[in-house]
Amino acid sequence: MAQTLYDKLMSAHVVREEATTALIYIDRQLIHEVTSPQAFEGLEMAGRKPWRLDANLAVPDHNVPTTERSSGVSGIEDPISKLQIETLDKNCSDFGINEITMNDVRQGIVHVVGPEQGATLPGWGIVCGDLHTSTHGALGAFAFGIGTSEVEHVLATGCLWQARSKNLKIEVSGELNEFVSAKDLALYIIGQIGTAGGTGYAIEFAGDTIQGLSIEGRMTLCNMAIEAGARVGMVAVDDKTIDYVKGRPLAPTGDEWDKAVAYWQTLHSDVNAKFDKTISFNANDIKPQVTWGTSPEMVVSVDGNTPDPAKETDSVKAESIRNALNYIHLEANTPINTVAIDKVFIGSCTNSRIEDLRVAATVAKGKHIADNIKLALVVPGSGLIKKQAEDEGLDKIFTDAGFEWREAGCSMCLAMNADKLEVGERCASTSNRNFEGRQGQGSFTHLVSPAIAASSAIAGHFSEVK
Amino acid sequence: MEKFTTLTSIAAPLDRANVDTDAIIPKQFLKSIKRSGFGPNLFDEWRYLDHGEVGMDNTKRPLNKDFVLNKAEYQDAKILLARENFGCGSSREHAPWALEDYGFRVIIAPSFADIFYNNCFKNGILPIVQDNKVMDELFDFSGEIIIDLESQSIHANGKSYTFEVDVERKRRLMNGLDDIGLTLQYSNDIKDFEKNYFKTYSWL
Repeated sequence: MAQTLYDKLMSAHVVREEATTALIYIDRQLIHEVTSPQAFEGLEMAGRKPWRLDANLAVPDHNVPTTERSSGVSGIEDPISKLQIETLDKNCSDFGINEITMNDVRQGIVHVVGPEQGATLPGWGIVCGDLHTSTHGALGAFAFGIGTSEVEHVLATGCLWQARSKNLKIEVSGELNEFVSAKDLALYIIGQIGTAGGTGYAIEFAGDTIQGLSIEGRMTLCNMAIEAGARVGMVAVDDKTIDYVKGRPLAPTGDEWDKAVAYWQTLHSDVNAKFDKTISFNANDIKPQVTWGTSPEMVVSVDGNTPDPAKETDSVKAESIRNALNYIHLEANTPINTVAIDKVFIGSCTNSRIEDLRVAATVAKGKHIADNIKLALVVPGSGLIKKQAEDEGLDKIFTDAGFEWREAGCSMCLAMNADKLEVGERCASTSNRNFEGRQGQGSFTHLVSPAIAASSAIAGHFSEVK
Repeated sequence: MEKFTTLTSIAAPLDRANVDTDAIIPKQFLKSIKRSGFGPNLFDEWRYLDHGEVGMDNTKRPLNKDFVLNKAEYQDAKILLARENFGCGSSREHAPWALEDYGFRVIIAPSFADIFYNNCFKNGILPIVQDNKVMDELFDFSGEIIIDLESQSIHANGKSYTFEVDVERKRRLMNGLDDIGLTLQYSNDIKDFEKNYFKTYSWL
């Protein structure tokens, strides 16, 4: 029977099938400092050992400072951040789990480091105590975020109970316009289907536009699948996937590589596979996107206006528009490209890969951030990306243009470290969530692509690339 | 998880309805990286006269002598009696962690909040529902109470009462199986799967 990619991957991992749920084998668990301490303690209290040590890889990312780090973990000012990272180091050392520590050049955001190290591979079942784990689906894997008690469960058993998701195909065809990226595509799709549009589904992104995306771009798209309500987002394996994985430190080599490739080439939905739902989009229609509100679905084109709740016939929607505009201090019908910003953040597991930094640098080159911009941060997704960018001279372009060039980490995406917005500050951010207070209490987040973040930093307000 | 078969203990009477999870364990303690050690902060705002924070030496804090858990006669209570809707409010699993860490194994109330009720079983606590008439009788009795999970009965003051419990949850408690323990019952299935899996996908 013709199968979807998701069904193929699930079937390959079923240890035990029950009526409404299945015990699924997990190839890789990625671990970070925020959602793991209680899981390790639970193991210890019950006198249990990790089922398979090799399945786990840890890296601190949420709490790490992005400024100077020479004094190591003990130099972290915030006591809770410091304690969480120290606890991760201790747990990994006590249990014998491989950890890339804070001052290792390979350190970075867990969802950037995994693929970069070949620690997440096509065909795998991948989990992490972080919802943006869907990122790894870009490699033709099924990857999803879990909670702390599930982290402990996977540590102890190597498996997880999962109900099967339904299959949703999102098909995109046509060429993306210049400076329209995977991020714009993701925001556009979420704007169209809503933040609950993918609830209960595993999304497979398909079509010639998706095939045309780089692996980095596919990661950006799959990363945002969770913001459309789907726990899993994925793209079929093709030559780009295989080229991307080849030579990664943890990727197979020699004969084993050939065997792996032969299997990976089967990781696509069969021609006649049945999806529960298919939604199609045309890439030509898509312009650069800017969120105007407090949910990723509240999005307009950069040349568009904030909505008018008075024109909304659905009273619940009208109320939510009113609340969002009220929170974010914008009037209805405001052209978004007239809205001034205070800070700019280029980074996060959505947009901190080399390709993101290159496009932002292209836009920033030879220009300077506007006078009203208090801070413009560029935070690479990993130490290796930072190094590569420096080898390409990107850091110089950014610093010449007035941006700050930082160490790798989650940074200003989530206000868990020193990089935060102050009350009332407005930010053009390449991250993935614009919820109230996400980047700091009482602050305003607008999600954009790296190109738009850079062009807005230069203009001082939201702006397309000029 | 500790097995639960029978329990003999006096019961601490917390004569309040709608005890929410923030009262059980106030939110400032959630910043902890631990899942154990919440016992001293159970019902923190009721138990102590000052405001509790993470890292305080609880043995040096002023006690609210009127609060039930601070009374000499209830020091060894492993059973908690409460009124309607116990465990309402946020779904924090820290609430059953704190109750269990303090030493409670059984909570008897006329009703419980759903998520809290589920979380109790996951953490080795038996929540028992009894109607208000039985609750009044239990609140009036100060001697030892026997809880027998096998026969699903409570024995107090020469009287016996029965209670309902889901068969699967009862089995889990009686065998001391938490979620992980349950899955580990299938250890052999997992090992068989692995043998085959690593043969098929030899590059892993």
